[in-house]
Amino acid sequence: MADDAQQQVKKSFMYVNRKAPYGTIYALEALEVVLISAAFEQDVSLAFLDDGVFQLVKGQNTAGIGMKNFSPTFKALGDYEIRQLYVERESLEERGLTSEDLMEITWEDEEDDYAKKPSIRIVSRMELTEVMAQQDVLLNF
Amino acid sequence: MDAATSAYVIDSHVYEHDEEGYLKNLSEWNKELAELIAKDEKIEMTPEHWEVVNFLRDYYDEYQVAPAIRVLVKAMKKTFGPEKGDQKYLYELFPYGPAKQACKIAGLPKPTGCV
Repeated sequence: MADDAQQQVKKSFMYVNRKAPYGTIYALEALEVVLISAAFEQDVSLAFLDDGVFQLVKGQNTAGIGMKNFSPTFKALGDYEIRQLYVERESLEERGLTSEDLMEITWEDEEDDYAKKPSIRIVSRMELTEVMAQQDVLLNF
Repeated sequence: MDAATSAYVIDSHVYEHDEEGYLKNLSEWNKELAELIAKDEKIEMTPEHWEVVNFLRDYYDEYQVAPAIRVLVKAMKKTFGPEKGDQKYLYELFPYGPAKQACKIAGLPKPTGCV
């Protein structure tokens, strides 16, 4: 009964990250909202485009700017059952980046002996547009 | 605010905390301080308590985030098995919320998503 009620209100939320990780508070705030929203058991995905793709670049070092390097937290998203991180291919290319430059982010499939499966999906602008169109809620950061 | 309400004090060493008792500077944490925070929370630390506290510290070290209770249960289950990766077991150790209380004792920030 309670399960039925929950099923009915389950919506798909996509958090759209467009800004570089440091310099503004948007990226960190978005990540915190994502972690909080995970408690409500909605269908959550993330999109990274424009300078937002820099959030996933590996080997970040914030020692020089006195800010917390929160990039390792993206690797915890799988534990929060957030398994879909869409990255726009054109945004990567425009910035001279490839998938090789991004952190390895995985989720563990409990049904499959905790096998690690990739969370990042690199998609074209066109494909991302389609995924966005399917969402109930889009939140831009 | 005087030191007694905004900090833990051990042998004249002052450890600042926020209004809810979470340590402000993660790197100042030590086991003696953990025992003191636990005492404030009316918890007597057993090896089982330490197991959770150390687990949380390792989790934070790796991911830079204090896990929400649901995530803690799942991660404990994977590492220690279903007996310990269990909400009831964790609530028995930390009655006022395992994630909140154990994180406080571990010197970590309040878990994000603790609603």
